[in-house]
Amino acid sequence: MAPNDPQPRPPLSPLSLALRVGAIGAVTLLLAGALAYTGGYFSPERLTPDRVVDVLEKNNGEHPGFRRNHPKGVCVTGYFESSGAAASLSSAEVFSATRTPVQGRFSLPTGNPYSPDSAAALRSMALRFQQANGQQWRTGMNSMPVFPVGTPEAFFGLLQATAPDPATGKPDPQKAGAFFASHPETGAFLAWAKTAKPAASFVTETYNSVNAFYLTNAAGQRQTVRWSMVATTPADSVAPQAENYLLADLQQRLAAGAQRWDLVLTLANPGDPSNDASKAWSGKHRTVTAGTLVIEREQAQDNGECRDINYDPLILPSGIEGSDDPLLAARSAAYAASYKRRTGEVNSLPASASQESRP
Amino acid sequence: MSAQHFSLPARVLHWLMAIMILAMLFVGVGMVASVSERHQWLINLHKPLGIAILLLVIVRLVVRFSSTTPPLPADLPAVQALAAKLSHVLLYALMLALPLVGWAMISAAGDPVMLGSALQLPALLPADAPTFAVLRKAHRYLAYLLFATVLLHLAGALFHAWVRRDHVLHSMARGPR
Repeated sequence: MAPNDPQPRPPLSPLSLALRVGAIGAVTLLLAGALAYTGGYFSPERLTPDRVVDVLEKNNGEHPGFRRNHPKGVCVTGYFESSGAAASLSSAEVFSATRTPVQGRFSLPTGNPYSPDSAAALRSMALRFQQANGQQWRTGMNSMPVFPVGTPEAFFGLLQATAPDPATGKPDPQKAGAFFASHPETGAFLAWAKTAKPAASFVTETYNSVNAFYLTNAAGQRQTVRWSMVATTPADSVAPQAENYLLADLQQRLAAGAQRWDLVLTLANPGDPSNDASKAWSGKHRTVTAGTLVIEREQAQDNGECRDINYDPLILPSGIEGSDDPLLAARSAAYAASYKRRTGEVNSLPASASQESRP
Repeated sequence: MSAQHFSLPARVLHWLMAIMILAMLFVGVGMVASVSERHQWLINLHKPLGIAILLLVIVRLVVRFSSTTPPLPADLPAVQALAAKLSHVLLYALMLALPLVGWAMISAAGDPVMLGSALQLPALLPADAPTFAVLRKAHRYLAYLLFATVLLHLAGALFHAWVRRDHVLHSMARGPR
């Protein structure tokens, strides 16, 4: 037989042909359907990163080019000076190297880039530590001690319950109240929110990781921690009655000199939850002061170094790992969706002069 | 009669990569639609698997050009033969392009390109947000195009096996007897 001679093939009956073509179609469709199912096309109720960002856009209005949450902020740069005290807990270079450059950002927690500085009591600090070995540690911290809820589903519920009412432009207090009543884990956060006052300065605030992480040392031993950037400058004034004061305060303080925070690691006791950011770790804890964050300069966020950084809390150097806290993966996933959208809109960002006032 | 069958290395590479590429497409689509711990687990799988596919496709191109490829059946209509040829060129191009676009995209985001907790690849491009946005979109649409081409390839193979009942699927499924 010559290689290319077709085998003798009796023609297929019309029924057999139809069945065979149908089977090919079925196999193809089944595979396409399986992919669509995996992508959530048949499960509109599934919580996806894009749905989280969609509800943020719906609640906050659309502000192209800006982060979908915490859009009002300022870039800062400086370095971290390790004390060496955490080197036995984590093999990450940042804890042993003397100096690691840092690109960071201070922000407000609201969803509107033009919110007045006193719109919320919460302030946030995000940092990227750029290790000499090329690995990075990114962290987004908040001045509250705990997160309102412990799961991405509950966070999504919170966003929905606090959506502005189309009639008033403000969240419906009944809806929000009902959410908090049905989510007792929000108690610790609400207790903080009741007494928290908007700080007059980013510099006098202490910022907490809120989520737990695992540190691993060279011997492979694992320690669960939360961390805080503890202010070394005491608050000396109350927030002024003005729309914008945080930027001017930061500029003034940095003009006078670098500003410092202590990185304090809180080591979990047995029984402390690593998977629930809504719960405080109460009682006595061992703490380790890993070093000092020194912030030297600020830059406008529309062209500063922080603009194109996604402060994904799961971009970590070896020696630091995400814990079993379900919010970490959700933050990572949702930040990626926000980053995907805003990086395509960089040209829509208003120039720096108008950052703080509506264009 | 070995010219009737793909060489053993070609067959091993084909089926291994078929599994890897299908897995990769499902991992990719699944991870971007998840906010659970699965998201992180899948991303940590997606990156090294993508680089493995990139390395394998290079080996595969070498194997392809250094061994004989069984000819298509002589009685195959010219249009189908052309479609077969073009779809294979497209498959190879996408197998190469997708890992490279993914790698370049992570680089453009300014993220360290990590395969696991310590193994780091160099950045393919400097960090640049608009470039990231374009590559991120390209990665998505090229992946859909690859999936569509894989489905076409599969449907074509089954058409040869079940309707034409020729030698084409056998030439990849097994060696000479």
